[in-house]
Amino acid sequence: MWWPRPGGRWGDVADFLMPSLGADMDEGTILEWLVKPGDVVHRGDVVAVVDTSKAAVDVECFTDGTVEKILLPVGEKVPVGTPLAIIGDGAPEPPQAVTKPEPATKPQPLASPPVRTFAKQAGVDLAAVHGTGRGGAITRADVEQVLAPRARRPEPAGVRVSPYAKRLAGELGVDLATLPGPVLHARDVHAAARQPVQAQRPQAERPQAEQSMRQTIAALMSRSKREIPHYYLSITIDLQTALEWLHEYNRGVGVQDRVVPTALLIKATALAAAKVPALNGHWVGGAFRPGDGVRLGLAVSLRGGGLLVPTLADPGALALNEVMRTLSDVVARARTGRLRSSELAPATLTVTNLGDLGAESVQGVIYPPQVALVGFGAISKRPWAVGDLLGVRPLVTATLAADHRASDGAIGARFLDALDKLLQRPEGLR
Amino acid sequence: MTITYREALREALREALTEDERVFLMGEDVGAYGGCFGVSLGLLEEFGPERIRDTPLSESAFVGAGIGAALGGMRPIVEIMTVNFSLLALDQIINNAATLRHMSGGQLGVPLVIRMTTGAGRQLAAQHSHSLEGWYAHIPGLRIIAPATIEDARGMLWTALEDPDPVLLFEHGSLYNVPGELAADAAAVDIDRAAIRRAGGDVTLVGYGGTLRTALTAADELAADGVEAEVVDLRTLRPLDEDTVLDSVRRTHRLVIVDEGWRTGSLSAEIAARAAEAALYELDAPIERVCTAEVPIPYAKQLEDAALPQAADVVAAARRAVG
Amino acid sequence: MTTKHREDLLRQMIRIRRFEERCVELYSSTKIRGFMHLYIGEEAVAAGVLGALGPSDAVVSTYREHGHALARGISMEAVLAEMYGRTNGCSRGRGGSMHLFDAGRRFYGGNAIVGGGLPLAVGLALASAMRGEPVVTACLFGDGAVAEGEFHECLNLAALWRLPVLFCCENNLYAMGTALARAQAETDLALRASSYGMPSWPVDGMDPLAVAAATERAVESIRGGSGPCFLELRTYRFRAHSMYDAERYRDRAEVERWKDRDPIPRLAALMREDGELTDAELETIESEVGDELTAAIAAAEAGPFEPVSDLTRFVYAEHAS
Repeated sequence: MWWPRPGGRWGDVADFLMPSLGADMDEGTILEWLVKPGDVVHRGDVVAVVDTSKAAVDVECFTDGTVEKILLPVGEKVPVGTPLAIIGDGAPEPPQAVTKPEPATKPQPLASPPVRTFAKQAGVDLAAVHGTGRGGAITRADVEQVLAPRARRPEPAGVRVSPYAKRLAGELGVDLATLPGPVLHARDVHAAARQPVQAQRPQAERPQAEQSMRQTIAALMSRSKREIPHYYLSITIDLQTALEWLHEYNRGVGVQDRVVPTALLIKATALAAAKVPALNGHWVGGAFRPGDGVRLGLAVSLRGGGLLVPTLADPGALALNEVMRTLSDVVARARTGRLRSSELAPATLTVTNLGDLGAESVQGVIYPPQVALVGFGAISKRPWAVGDLLGVRPLVTATLAADHRASDGAIGARFLDALDKLLQRPEGLR
Repeated sequence: MTITYREALREALREALTEDERVFLMGEDVGAYGGCFGVSLGLLEEFGPERIRDTPLSESAFVGAGIGAALGGMRPIVEIMTVNFSLLALDQIINNAATLRHMSGGQLGVPLVIRMTTGAGRQLAAQHSHSLEGWYAHIPGLRIIAPATIEDARGMLWTALEDPDPVLLFEHGSLYNVPGELAADAAAVDIDRAAIRRAGGDVTLVGYGGTLRTALTAADELAADGVEAEVVDLRTLRPLDEDTVLDSVRRTHRLVIVDEGWRTGSLSAEIAARAAEAALYELDAPIERVCTAEVPIPYAKQLEDAALPQAADVVAAARRAVG
Repeated sequence: MTTKHREDLLRQMIRIRRFEERCVELYSSTKIRGFMHLYIGEEAVAAGVLGALGPSDAVVSTYREHGHALARGISMEAVLAEMYGRTNGCSRGRGGSMHLFDAGRRFYGGNAIVGGGLPLAVGLALASAMRGEPVVTACLFGDGAVAEGEFHECLNLAALWRLPVLFCCENNLYAMGTALARAQAETDLALRASSYGMPSWPVDGMDPLAVAAATERAVESIRGGSGPCFLELRTYRFRAHSMYDAERYRDRAEVERWKDRDPIPRLAALMREDGELTDAELETIESEVGDELTAAIAAAEAGPFEPVSDLTRFVYAEHAS
């Protein structure tokens, strides 16, 4: 950029520059010259009248000398700092003197500061951009036009997704395009991630929804089987001691406080998961992230078909009667579709109990991003070796489906062993 | 022991006057009258007219004199009767108290505490019902605090007096008579952090000062309906403890802000903006705001009630958020 | 009054005058920016009032305060560097021309709000009174401030509490472009101040000797515990309100008439008459002031800029913890 000589002085000659007459003055116009070449001036003399666009102001010079040349005619607007006249010692004008004012800044293409910043970041020279904005101003779109034209991805129409739901869908591998609108929340994503059969909404009204839900489940379970190298272990557990203890326990409490064996299995599972934390958590971004406490997903079968998987926060920390109360509460509310958001929070481990339906064991499919699923079959009396004798005992087959990326078989075996030991000492589950 | 919010404030004043001889109280009717709201009752008799100074009705002069006295080495507590009258001292608060440290390149500090009553709800009509604390919270150089509990009423003043910068302490007019339990050894509390006054996982309700009670009442109602609300008391409006608010949002994924200021350009707008800036991908529902209707506060009770954030409004907003 | 005292007054006025004349030039060449209000013509007030104060006294000033700052002992370098926005400025470049501060010299600023400094002065005086310190707080403001509510609130409060404040009203006849008579129903400002029950009197603000004598008398009374005093210092600014204006609000002949009373030649002539000043001595003063100014400009131009990374410093105290 062109600028007058520093300080406006050169040898015995000083440029008289367009002064800045106020904080907001960037340019000015000479309205009148009060001196002419040959006039002797002193520091502080008023030499011209300048229009600042706010007012006509007398301006003074800051040197003693003789006016050698008037550089700027009356009426021309120039930036602050432009030489207006040369004041010298009266000698002839030196050849180097500036003879013609130039604009202090070259005209710049019209563009707003954000567009300038954008262009700068994108490495686009604004001088090369054709402006289509008001008064030929360059808009952001004009800059984008210069950049490699990119097909814009169409916005999904109709359905609105909460930001949190969008994030969760990414984490849980749920394809939002398959879910019905008009608004999707986190609970919809959780439901899609864990519900094999959609049962909250009447089938007749939502055949399409169910259809798409089915597809979502298909996608999720396919992803599980495609991505998760499952390994399976099982153990048969003698529940004689546990059930006898439970019988005694129930004799000591009122009907409404009685506890069913499932509560015992849930609490034992939660405690075992706490002892073997490598199975409790999520596989995210290529690494195992242990759960912050045990949040147990509980598969609840629904009367109208299908199932829900509400989350129980840390049942291992609850007293057995509280586990029971939570269990009946959650089951009841799951079946009336009134689960709380906390109960739809992501679980760290899921338990499925298909014993009610008579199945002897479950070889489950893990819900991503969890790394294990614990299954219980029916509790049934079967022949069982006790010591060296054959007895008839209530047995249950507990299975573990686990993610081989996150753990090895020995870990899984330790988990099942821990589960067995917990159930052999039921008083510890109180 | 059980004491009122008013008594807790008075205890705090008494302690400050006893512990630090640089401390004095100055304002309209703080002495002979005992304070417009009775906060300083009895202090004139106890500490004398040098330290409990009744001023003329000259808000700009006595607030500015508080600033000058702070520059001169004292630790003044200036009482402005109500926030509405603080507008007469706005020049001093904003042009002087908030700027002197910066304008002087860090040479000067203004260790001053300005107390004032804020808020509506007592049928005092448009000129005695403002909630302008959010407005003051706009100003860098000031610290804005709003004790909502007995413990904070007792404990915030001393910490504010120890602050090397000007602190504005807002007392909601509806709280003075509220009784509460205070430990016999209650002492100074921090004035940096927001507090979780009730834990819950379904929705975050943010309130402060007078709206904390509104939020807590709403949380009780929601709980009866199976919705567990977490209630955050901001306590300090500037600088905002953004972390506590946003951590709660990260747990509940839903945010309802209760603010007795008007919605437009309000503290609630600030909190909502910060949640959107820093926790957008935690939000599972649009942010809800329960603010005062955009109208000067009317006198008639049913109109005033309708203008102000009520627990029922908060419950409705929380239900919308929870879905 | 001793010769030394008169010479000090003269030198002080010349320092302020020459300093500001260079400021005009530096502003015109955009070295200094923002608003800049020049004191040229009013130097007798700064020299007389500030010269009569002691080091433990406090000073509260206005946005036209270069003269006050220099007379208080803040160096030319610190004031000029402030206007250059450098860290060696007396407010680290955070204040500029209108906000000169020096805590060590008890100079509490440059206040850009007309009347805004008066409450601070009352408070500073309250603090010194409560602490039992024999300190006077001098508060300088213009005639424009007399129209502000804060003026009346503060005179009342200071008189009511008998606080050690010296109110110094620099009446230069114009509140920016509004002549006193166009803004004030009663233009006798000392008379108005006296209605608050404090000793108030007008002083020829173009006569440094009169200003010094009046200030000494007032300070003595205030230090004696008899409460605040008010001085109306009748003066005139020769230049525009802020750097330049078209001066449509006043007659050029009026400006010229006041220039005849320019305090610098006036005192110089008096001293010559009394045999206290020779041309050579005056030249020595001018040349010493010139050297001081040249060094100050060099130091200001060489001053470091505050890094932008420090932008948000000095908003709150910087705690050690």
